Amino acid sequence: MAQHTPLHATHVAAGARMVDFAGWDMPVNYGSQIEEHHAVRRDAGMFDVSHMLALDLEGSGARAFLRGLIANDVAKLTEPGKALYACMLNDQGGVIDDLIVYFLSDTSYRIVVNAGTADKDVAWIRQRMAATNTAATLSTRRDLAMIAVQGPNARARTWAAIPGTEGASAALKVFQATQFGDIFIARTGYTGEDGFELTLPATKAAAIWAALAAAGVKPCGLGARDTLRLEAGMALYGNDMDEGVSPLDAGLAWTVDFKDESRDFVGKAALVTNGPRRQTIGLILVDKGILRSHQKVFTAQGEGETTSGTFSPTLERSIAMARLPLGVMPGDAVEVDIRGKRLKALVVKAPFARNGKAMV
Amino acid sequence: MNTPTELRYTASHEWVRTEADGTVTVGITDHAQEALGDVVFLELPEAGRSVAKEEAIAVIESVKAASDIYAPVAGEILATNEAAIDAPESVNADAYATWLFKIKPTNIADVDSLLDAAGYQATIG
Repeated sequence: MAQHTPLHATHVAAGARMVDFAGWDMPVNYGSQIEEHHAVRRDAGMFDVSHMLALDLEGSGARAFLRGLIANDVAKLTEPGKALYACMLNDQGGVIDDLIVYFLSDTSYRIVVNAGTADKDVAWIRQRMAATNTAATLSTRRDLAMIAVQGPNARARTWAAIPGTEGASAALKVFQATQFGDIFIARTGYTGEDGFELTLPATKAAAIWAALAAAGVKPCGLGARDTLRLEAGMALYGNDMDEGVSPLDAGLAWTVDFKDESRDFVGKAALVTNGPRRQTIGLILVDKGILRSHQKVFTAQGEGETTSGTFSPTLERSIAMARLPLGVMPGDAVEVDIRGKRLKALVVKAPFARNGKAMV
Repeated sequence: MNTPTELRYTASHEWVRTEADGTVTVGITDHAQEALGDVVFLELPEAGRSVAKEEAIAVIESVKAASDIYAPVAGEILATNEAAIDAPESVNADAYATWLFKIKPTNIADVDSLLDAAGYQATIG
Protein backbone atom coordinates (compact mmCIF):
# COMPACT_ATOMS: atom_id res chain seq x y z
CA MET A 1 0.00 0.00 0.00
CA ALA A 2 1.41 3.36 -1.07
CA GLN A 3 2.35 5.88 1.60
CA HIS A 4 0.54 9.21 1.88
CA THR A 5 2.04 12.61 2.64
CA PRO A 6 0.16 14.98 5.01
CA LEU A 7 -1.14 16.75 1.86
CA HIS A 8 -2.51 13.63 0.15
CA ALA A 9 -6.18 14.46 0.80
CA THR A 10 -5.56 18.02 -0.45
CA HIS A 11 -4.21 16.71 -3.77
CA VAL A 12 -7.05 14.24 -4.24
CA ALA A 13 -9.65 16.91 -3.45
CA ALA A 14 -8.02 19.18 -6.06
CA GLY A 15 -8.47 16.49 -8.71
CA ALA A 16 -4.76 15.77 -9.12
CA ARG A 17 -3.71 12.77 -11.19
CA MET A 18 -2.01 10.55 -8.60
CA VAL A 19 0.80 8.11 -9.38
CA ASP A 20 3.10 5.88 -7.40
CA PHE A 21 6.49 7.50 -6.88
CA ALA A 22 9.03 5.56 -4.81
CA GLY A 23 6.21 3.95 -2.83
CA TRP A 24 4.32 7.21 -2.29
CA ASP A 25 0.97 8.12 -3.88
CA MET A 26 1.89 11.53 -5.30
CA PRO A 27 0.36 14.14 -7.66
CA VAL A 28 1.98 14.01 -11.12
CA ASN A 29 -0.14 16.91 -12.39
CA TYR A 30 -3.31 18.78 -11.46
CA GLY A 31 -4.20 19.87 -15.00
CA SER A 32 -1.75 20.76 -17.75
CA GLN A 33 1.80 19.85 -16.74
CA ILE A 34 3.14 22.42 -19.20
CA GLU A 35 1.09 25.20 -17.58
CA GLU A 36 2.43 24.17 -14.18
CA HIS A 37 5.96 24.31 -15.59
CA HIS A 38 5.42 27.81 -17.00
CA ALA A 39 3.88 29.01 -13.72
CA VAL A 40 7.17 28.22 -11.98
CA ARG A 41 9.35 29.84 -14.67
CA ARG A 42 7.13 32.95 -14.87
CA ASP A 43 5.40 33.42 -11.50
CA ALA A 44 5.17 30.91 -8.63
CA GLY A 45 4.29 27.26 -8.17
CA MET A 46 4.44 24.84 -5.26
CA PHE A 47 5.26 21.17 -4.85
CA ASP A 48 4.51 18.75 -2.06
CA VAL A 49 7.91 17.22 -1.37
CA SER A 50 6.98 15.67 1.97
CA HIS A 51 7.92 12.24 0.63
CA MET A 52 11.54 13.30 1.02
CA LEU A 53 12.91 12.65 4.49
CA ALA A 54 14.43 15.15 6.91
CA LEU A 55 17.00 13.75 9.32
CA ASP A 56 18.41 15.60 12.31
CA LEU A 57 21.93 14.72 13.42
CA GLU A 58 22.89 16.10 16.80
CA GLY A 59 25.88 15.65 19.05
CA SER A 60 29.52 16.55 19.57
CA GLY A 61 30.61 14.05 16.92
CA ALA A 62 28.24 15.26 14.19
CA ARG A 63 30.67 17.46 12.27
CA ALA A 64 33.54 14.98 12.12
CA PHE A 65 31.12 12.21 11.19
CA LEU A 66 29.62 14.15 8.26
CA ARG A 67 33.09 15.08 7.00
CA GLY A 68 33.72 11.35 6.59
CA LEU A 69 30.22 10.42 5.39
CA ILE A 70 29.74 12.68 2.36
CA ALA A 71 31.94 13.75 -0.54
CA ASN A 72 31.39 17.48 -0.04
CA ASP A 73 32.97 19.04 3.04
CA VAL A 74 30.70 20.38 5.80
CA ALA A 75 33.74 22.18 7.23
CA LYS A 76 33.02 24.98 4.76
CA LEU A 77 29.69 25.57 6.53
CA THR A 78 30.21 28.17 9.23
CA GLU A 79 27.10 30.38 9.13
CA PRO A 80 24.02 28.93 10.84
CA GLY A 81 21.42 27.94 8.26
CA LYS A 82 23.94 27.51 5.44
CA ALA A 83 23.15 24.60 3.10
CA LEU A 84 25.43 22.26 1.16
CA TYR A 85 24.53 19.88 -1.69
CA ALA A 86 26.46 16.62 -1.51
CA CYS A 87 26.65 13.00 -2.58
CA MET A 88 26.88 10.15 -0.10
CA LEU A 89 29.09 7.47 -1.64
CA ASN A 90 29.77 3.79 -1.12
CA ASP A 91 33.28 2.36 -0.88
CA GLN A 92 33.38 1.93 -4.67
CA GLY A 93 32.68 5.65 -5.15
CA GLY A 94 29.10 5.05 -6.37
CA VAL A 95 26.34 7.40 -5.26
CA ILE A 96 24.12 5.99 -2.47
CA ASP A 97 22.11 9.23 -2.55
CA ASP A 98 22.38 12.93 -3.19
CA LEU A 99 21.25 15.14 -0.34
CA ILE A 100 21.26 18.59 1.21
CA VAL A 101 22.90 19.25 4.58
CA TYR A 102 21.93 22.33 6.60
CA PHE A 103 24.41 23.55 9.19
CA LEU A 104 22.56 24.65 12.31
CA SER A 105 25.57 24.57 14.67
CA ASP A 106 28.78 22.55 15.04
CA THR A 107 26.72 19.94 16.90
CA SER A 108 23.49 20.11 14.91
CA TYR A 109 22.77 19.40 11.24
CA ARG A 110 19.64 18.75 9.23
CA ILE A 111 19.93 16.39 6.25
CA VAL A 112 17.26 16.01 3.56
CA VAL A 113 17.37 12.80 1.52
CA ASN A 114 15.36 11.35 -1.39
CA ALA A 115 12.17 9.37 -0.77
CA GLY A 116 13.15 6.25 -2.69
CA THR A 117 16.47 5.93 -0.89
CA ALA A 118 15.40 7.07 2.58
CA ASP A 119 15.34 3.64 4.24
CA LYS A 120 18.71 2.51 2.89
CA ASP A 121 20.20 5.95 3.68
CA VAL A 122 19.14 5.76 7.32
CA ALA A 123 20.45 2.19 7.60
CA TRP A 124 23.78 3.20 6.02
CA ILE A 125 24.18 6.30 8.21
CA ARG A 126 23.40 4.33 11.38
CA GLN A 127 25.87 1.63 10.36
CA ARG A 128 28.57 4.25 9.72
CA MET A 129 27.81 5.94 13.04
CA ALA A 130 28.26 2.64 14.86
CA ALA A 131 31.44 1.79 12.94
CA THR A 132 32.99 5.16 13.79
CA ASN A 133 31.71 5.27 17.41
CA THR A 134 30.14 8.62 16.65
CA ALA A 135 28.82 10.61 19.61
CA ALA A 136 25.61 11.84 18.00
CA THR A 137 21.96 10.90 17.63
CA LEU A 138 20.06 10.62 14.38
CA SER A 139 16.33 11.31 14.32
CA THR A 140 14.03 10.69 11.36
CA ARG A 141 11.48 13.49 11.05
CA ARG A 142 8.37 11.95 9.49
CA ASP A 143 6.45 14.39 11.73
CA LEU A 144 7.41 17.14 9.24
CA ALA A 145 5.97 18.11 5.87
CA MET A 146 7.90 19.88 3.11
CA ILE A 147 6.53 22.35 0.56
CA ALA A 148 8.75 23.79 -2.19
CA VAL A 149 7.55 27.23 -3.37
CA GLN A 150 9.41 28.12 -6.56
CA GLY A 151 9.44 30.86 -9.16
CA PRO A 152 10.39 34.53 -9.60
CA ASN A 153 7.47 35.59 -7.38
CA ALA A 154 7.71 32.66 -4.96
CA ARG A 155 9.27 34.57 -2.09
CA ALA A 156 6.88 37.54 -2.34
CA ARG A 157 3.85 35.25 -2.49
CA THR A 158 5.12 33.24 0.48
CA TRP A 159 5.53 36.46 2.46
CA ALA A 160 1.97 37.46 1.54
CA ALA A 161 0.61 34.04 2.52
CA ILE A 162 2.37 33.50 5.86
CA PRO A 163 2.49 36.55 8.15
CA GLY A 164 5.90 37.29 9.64
CA THR A 165 7.93 35.33 7.11
CA GLU A 166 9.15 38.40 5.23
CA GLY A 167 10.98 39.80 8.23
CA ALA A 168 12.44 36.40 8.98
CA SER A 169 13.56 35.44 5.49
CA ALA A 170 14.03 38.56 3.32
CA ALA A 171 17.76 38.68 4.07
CA LEU A 172 18.38 34.98 3.33
CA LYS A 173 20.94 34.39 0.63
CA VAL A 174 20.66 31.54 -1.84
CA PHE A 175 21.35 28.19 -0.13
CA GLN A 176 20.68 29.63 3.30
CA ALA A 177 17.92 28.80 5.79
CA THR A 178 16.41 30.06 9.00
CA GLN A 179 13.97 28.82 11.60
CA PHE A 180 10.82 30.95 11.91
CA GLY A 181 8.67 29.64 14.73
CA ASP A 182 7.94 26.07 13.71
CA ILE A 183 8.67 26.70 10.01
CA PHE A 184 12.15 26.05 8.64
CA ILE A 185 12.55 28.41 5.66
CA ALA A 186 15.31 27.55 3.17
CA ARG A 187 16.12 29.52 0.04
CA THR A 188 16.75 26.37 -1.95
CA GLY A 189 14.98 24.39 -4.66
CA TYR A 190 15.12 21.98 -7.55
CA THR A 191 13.77 24.06 -10.43
CA GLY A 192 16.42 26.61 -11.39
CA GLU A 193 14.23 29.38 -10.02
CA ASP A 194 14.36 31.45 -6.85
CA GLY A 195 12.12 30.41 -3.99
CA PHE A 196 11.83 28.60 -0.70
CA GLU A 197 11.60 25.09 0.61
CA LEU A 198 9.45 25.17 3.74
CA THR A 199 9.74 22.41 6.33
CA LEU A 200 6.92 22.53 8.86
CA PRO A 201 4.86 20.36 11.22
CA ALA A 202 2.74 17.88 9.23
CA THR A 203 -0.35 19.07 11.11
CA LYS A 204 0.08 22.56 9.60
CA ALA A 205 0.75 21.51 6.03
CA ALA A 206 -2.80 21.67 4.65
CA ALA A 207 -3.43 25.15 6.10
CA ILE A 208 -0.13 26.54 4.79
CA TRP A 209 -0.75 24.95 1.35
CA ALA A 210 -4.21 26.59 1.24
CA ALA A 211 -2.77 29.96 2.27
CA LEU A 212 -0.11 29.76 -0.44
CA ALA A 213 -2.73 28.82 -3.05
CA ALA A 214 -4.87 31.79 -1.93
CA ALA A 215 -1.80 34.02 -2.40
CA GLY A 216 -1.54 32.93 -6.04
CA VAL A 217 0.92 30.03 -5.84
CA LYS A 218 -0.07 27.35 -8.37
CA PRO A 219 -0.10 23.72 -7.17
CA CYS A 220 2.30 21.73 -9.36
CA GLY A 221 2.92 18.00 -9.64
CA LEU A 222 6.00 15.85 -9.93
CA GLY A 223 5.70 15.98 -13.74
CA ALA A 224 6.52 19.69 -13.85
CA ARG A 225 9.12 19.20 -11.15
CA ASP A 226 10.95 16.79 -13.46
CA THR A 227 10.88 19.04 -16.55
CA LEU A 228 11.98 22.03 -14.45
CA ARG A 229 14.91 20.24 -12.84
CA LEU A 230 16.03 18.79 -16.16
CA GLU A 231 15.96 22.23 -17.84
CA ALA A 232 17.99 23.48 -14.87
CA GLY A 233 20.55 20.71 -15.44
CA MET A 234 19.97 19.17 -12.01
CA ALA A 235 20.56 15.45 -11.53
CA LEU A 236 17.79 13.05 -10.52
CA TYR A 237 18.82 10.15 -8.33
CA GLY A 238 18.04 6.80 -9.95
CA ASN A 239 18.11 8.32 -13.45
CA ASP A 240 21.29 10.36 -13.76
CA MET A 241 23.27 8.54 -11.08
CA ASP A 242 23.00 5.58 -8.76
CA GLU A 243 25.22 3.24 -6.73
CA GLY A 244 27.08 2.15 -9.86
CA VAL A 245 27.95 5.68 -10.99
CA SER A 246 30.68 7.96 -9.63
CA PRO A 247 29.81 11.63 -9.06
CA LEU A 248 32.82 12.43 -11.28
CA ASP A 249 31.02 10.68 -14.17
CA ALA A 250 27.58 12.10 -13.31
CA GLY A 251 28.40 15.78 -13.77
CA LEU A 252 28.71 16.20 -10.01
CA ALA A 253 32.47 16.68 -9.66
CA TRP A 254 31.73 20.18 -8.34
CA THR A 255 30.16 18.57 -5.25
CA VAL A 256 33.27 16.49 -4.43
CA ASP A 257 35.70 18.40 -2.24
CA PHE A 258 39.31 17.16 -2.32
CA LYS A 259 40.78 20.44 -0.95
CA ASP A 260 41.55 19.25 2.57
CA GLU A 261 43.97 16.43 1.78
CA SER A 262 43.85 15.19 5.36
CA ARG A 263 40.09 14.56 5.10
CA ASP A 264 39.05 11.03 4.27
CA PHE A 265 35.49 10.22 3.18
CA VAL A 266 33.75 7.06 2.09
CA GLY A 267 34.50 6.45 -1.59
CA LYS A 268 37.43 8.90 -1.77
CA ALA A 269 40.05 6.24 -2.53
CA ALA A 270 37.95 4.85 -5.38
CA LEU A 271 37.40 8.31 -6.88
CA VAL A 272 41.14 9.08 -6.70
CA THR A 273 42.05 5.73 -8.27
CA ASN A 274 39.46 5.80 -11.04
CA GLY A 275 39.26 9.49 -11.85
CA PRO A 276 36.58 10.54 -14.33
CA ARG A 277 35.82 7.81 -16.87
CA ARG A 278 32.71 9.29 -18.54
CA GLN A 279 31.03 12.67 -18.57
CA THR A 280 27.42 13.73 -18.18
CA ILE A 281 26.42 16.54 -20.52
CA GLY A 282 23.33 18.03 -22.16
CA LEU A 283 21.74 17.18 -25.51
CA ILE A 284 19.21 19.11 -27.59
CA LEU A 285 17.35 17.09 -30.22
CA VAL A 286 17.67 18.74 -33.64
CA ASP A 287 15.29 16.37 -35.45
CA LYS A 288 11.64 15.98 -34.40
CA GLY A 289 10.92 13.60 -31.54
CA ILE A 290 11.32 13.25 -27.80
CA LEU A 291 14.45 12.10 -26.00
CA ARG A 292 13.91 9.70 -23.08
CA SER A 293 16.23 7.94 -20.65
CA HIS A 294 18.28 4.91 -21.79
CA GLN A 295 18.50 5.81 -25.49
CA LYS A 296 21.79 5.00 -27.19
CA VAL A 297 23.92 7.98 -28.25
CA PHE A 298 26.52 7.73 -31.05
CA THR A 299 29.45 10.14 -30.91
CA ALA A 300 32.78 10.41 -32.75
CA GLN A 301 34.42 9.16 -29.51
CA GLY A 302 32.13 6.13 -29.11
CA GLU A 303 28.73 5.25 -27.72
CA GLY A 304 26.93 6.66 -24.71
CA GLU A 305 23.42 6.75 -23.27
CA THR A 306 20.81 9.30 -22.26
CA THR A 307 20.11 9.28 -18.52
CA SER A 308 17.09 11.64 -18.49
CA GLY A 309 15.12 13.08 -21.38
CA THR A 310 11.94 15.04 -21.90
CA PHE A 311 10.16 17.77 -23.82
CA SER A 312 11.36 21.16 -22.59
CA PRO A 313 8.40 23.54 -22.28
CA THR A 314 10.75 26.55 -22.15
CA LEU A 315 12.73 25.63 -25.27
CA GLU A 316 9.78 23.86 -26.98
CA ARG A 317 12.22 21.14 -28.06
CA SER A 318 13.40 17.91 -26.58
CA ILE A 319 16.38 17.89 -24.21
CA ALA A 320 18.33 15.24 -22.33
CA MET A 321 21.22 14.56 -20.05
CA ALA A 322 23.54 11.91 -21.44
CA ARG A 323 26.51 9.92 -20.18
CA LEU A 324 29.07 10.17 -22.97
CA PRO A 325 32.72 9.34 -23.56
CA LEU A 326 35.28 11.87 -22.37
CA GLY A 327 36.35 14.16 -25.19
CA VAL A 328 32.87 14.88 -26.53
CA MET A 329 32.52 18.68 -26.47
CA PRO A 330 29.64 21.19 -26.43
CA GLY A 331 28.78 21.97 -30.04
CA ASP A 332 29.46 18.40 -31.24
CA ALA A 333 26.83 16.80 -33.46
CA VAL A 334 25.75 13.33 -32.26
CA GLU A 335 23.00 10.85 -33.10
CA VAL A 336 20.45 9.28 -30.77
CA ASP A 337 18.65 5.99 -31.44
CA ILE A 338 14.91 6.55 -30.99
CA ARG A 339 12.86 3.46 -31.86
CA GLY A 340 15.45 2.27 -34.34
CA LYS A 341 15.96 5.60 -36.10
CA ARG A 342 19.09 7.68 -35.67
CA LEU A 343 18.08 11.28 -34.98
CA LYS A 344 20.43 14.28 -34.90
CA ALA A 345 21.21 15.98 -31.60
CA LEU A 346 23.55 18.73 -30.46
CA VAL A 347 25.79 18.50 -27.38
CA VAL A 348 25.33 21.48 -25.04
CA LYS A 349 26.44 22.50 -21.60
CA ALA A 350 23.57 22.38 -19.08
CA PRO A 351 21.61 24.22 -17.69
CA PHE A 352 19.13 24.56 -20.53
CA ALA A 353 17.02 27.15 -18.71
CA ARG A 354 17.17 29.02 -15.44
CA ASN A 355 15.56 32.08 -13.90
CA GLY A 356 12.86 32.17 -16.54
CA LYS A 357 15.27 32.20 -19.48
CA ALA A 358 16.62 29.77 -22.03
CA MET A 359 20.37 29.34 -21.54
CA VAL A 360 21.21 27.51 -24.78
CA MET B 1 -15.47 10.90 -19.15
CA ASN B 2 -16.56 11.78 -22.68
CA THR B 3 -17.33 8.62 -24.77
CA PRO B 4 -19.52 9.41 -27.82
CA THR B 5 -22.00 6.62 -28.54
CA GLU B 6 -21.70 6.86 -32.35
CA LEU B 7 -18.07 5.67 -32.29
CA ARG B 8 -16.45 2.27 -31.83
CA TYR B 9 -13.50 1.69 -29.50
CA THR B 10 -10.55 -0.59 -28.74
CA ALA B 11 -9.34 -1.69 -25.31
CA SER B 12 -6.06 0.08 -26.25
CA HIS B 13 -7.93 3.43 -26.27
CA GLU B 14 -8.40 4.18 -29.98
CA TRP B 15 -11.73 5.50 -31.26
CA VAL B 16 -12.97 4.43 -34.70
CA ARG B 17 -15.54 6.15 -36.92
CA THR B 18 -16.95 4.39 -40.00
CA GLU B 19 -17.39 6.83 -42.88
CA ALA B 20 -20.06 6.67 -45.59
CA ASP B 21 -17.45 5.51 -48.14
CA GLY B 22 -16.52 2.44 -46.09
CA THR B 23 -13.23 3.82 -44.73
CA VAL B 24 -12.54 4.31 -41.02
CA THR B 25 -11.10 7.31 -39.20
CA VAL B 26 -9.03 6.69 -36.04
CA GLY B 27 -7.97 8.77 -33.05
CA ILE B 28 -7.35 8.28 -29.33
CA THR B 29 -10.03 8.59 -26.66
CA ASP B 30 -10.62 11.41 -24.24
CA HIS B 31 -9.72 9.00 -21.44
CA ALA B 32 -6.38 8.30 -23.16
CA GLN B 33 -5.46 11.96 -23.68
CA GLU B 34 -6.35 12.68 -20.05
CA ALA B 35 -4.09 9.86 -18.85
CA LEU B 36 -1.22 10.85 -21.15
CA GLY B 37 -1.24 14.53 -20.22
CA ASP B 38 0.12 17.25 -22.51
CA VAL B 39 0.75 15.72 -25.94
CA VAL B 40 3.89 17.11 -27.59
CA PHE B 41 4.75 14.74 -30.46
CA LEU B 42 3.04 12.41 -32.93
CA GLU B 43 4.69 9.86 -35.22
CA LEU B 44 2.07 8.66 -37.72
CA PRO B 45 2.24 5.95 -40.41
CA GLU B 46 2.85 6.70 -44.09
CA ALA B 47 -0.11 6.63 -46.45
CA GLY B 48 -0.14 3.43 -48.49
CA ARG B 49 1.22 1.23 -45.70
CA SER B 50 -0.54 -2.08 -45.09
CA VAL B 51 -1.29 -2.65 -41.42
CA ALA B 52 -2.42 -5.67 -39.41
CA LYS B 53 -5.08 -5.52 -36.71
CA GLU B 54 -3.52 -4.54 -33.34
CA GLU B 55 -0.18 -3.71 -34.99
CA ALA B 56 1.64 -0.79 -33.33
CA ILE B 57 1.68 1.74 -36.18
CA ALA B 58 1.95 5.16 -34.52
CA VAL B 59 3.51 6.75 -31.44
CA ILE B 60 2.07 9.51 -29.28
CA GLU B 61 4.39 11.26 -26.85
CA SER B 62 3.26 13.40 -23.95
CA VAL B 63 5.67 15.29 -21.73
CA LYS B 64 5.51 12.29 -19.41
CA ALA B 65 5.87 9.27 -21.71
CA ALA B 66 5.70 7.66 -25.15
CA SER B 67 2.79 5.34 -26.00
CA ASP B 68 2.02 3.17 -29.01
CA ILE B 69 -1.16 3.56 -31.06
CA TYR B 70 -2.53 0.36 -32.62
CA ALA B 71 -4.39 -0.32 -35.84
CA PRO B 72 -7.98 -1.15 -34.80
CA VAL B 73 -8.54 -3.15 -38.00
CA ALA B 74 -6.39 -4.58 -40.79
CA GLY B 75 -6.16 -2.55 -43.97
CA GLU B 76 -4.26 0.17 -45.79
CA ILE B 77 -3.41 3.63 -44.47
CA LEU B 78 -5.15 6.22 -46.66
CA ALA B 79 -4.13 9.45 -44.94
CA THR B 80 -2.62 10.92 -41.80
CA ASN B 81 -3.58 14.17 -40.12
CA GLU B 82 -0.72 16.59 -40.87
CA ALA B 83 -2.43 19.35 -38.88
CA ALA B 84 -2.29 17.16 -35.76
CA ILE B 85 1.44 16.53 -36.31
CA ASP B 86 1.98 20.30 -36.42
CA ALA B 87 -0.21 20.92 -33.35
CA PRO B 88 -0.10 17.78 -31.16
CA GLU B 89 -1.80 19.68 -28.30
CA SER B 90 -5.04 19.53 -30.32
CA VAL B 91 -5.36 15.92 -29.09
CA ASN B 92 -5.76 17.31 -25.56
CA ALA B 93 -8.08 20.10 -26.67
CA ASP B 94 -10.53 17.72 -28.41
CA ALA B 95 -9.58 14.07 -28.75
CA TYR B 96 -12.59 13.22 -30.95
CA ALA B 97 -12.18 16.16 -33.33
CA THR B 98 -8.49 15.33 -33.78
CA TRP B 99 -8.27 12.27 -36.03
CA LEU B 100 -4.84 10.73 -36.51
CA PHE B 101 -5.13 8.42 -39.54
CA LYS B 102 -7.66 6.90 -41.95
CA ILE B 103 -7.70 3.22 -42.91
CA LYS B 104 -9.31 1.41 -45.83
CA PRO B 105 -10.26 -1.82 -44.00
CA THR B 106 -9.56 -5.19 -45.59
CA ASN B 107 -12.95 -6.24 -44.26
CA ILE B 108 -15.34 -3.53 -43.07
CA ALA B 109 -17.17 -6.12 -40.93
CA ASP B 110 -14.08 -6.12 -38.65
CA VAL B 111 -15.33 -2.84 -37.23
CA ASP B 112 -18.36 -4.66 -35.80
CA SER B 113 -16.10 -6.68 -33.51
CA LEU B 114 -14.82 -3.51 -31.79
CA LEU B 115 -16.21 -2.23 -28.48
CA ASP B 116 -19.20 0.06 -28.37
CA ALA B 117 -19.24 3.06 -26.03
CA ALA B 118 -20.68 1.09 -23.13
CA GLY B 119 -18.16 -1.71 -23.65
CA TYR B 120 -15.28 0.78 -23.68
CA GLN B 121 -16.58 2.57 -20.61
CA ALA B 122 -16.61 -0.78 -18.82
CA THR B 123 -12.92 -1.38 -19.63
CA ILE B 124 -11.84 1.95 -18.15
CA GLY B 125 -14.01 1.63 -15.08
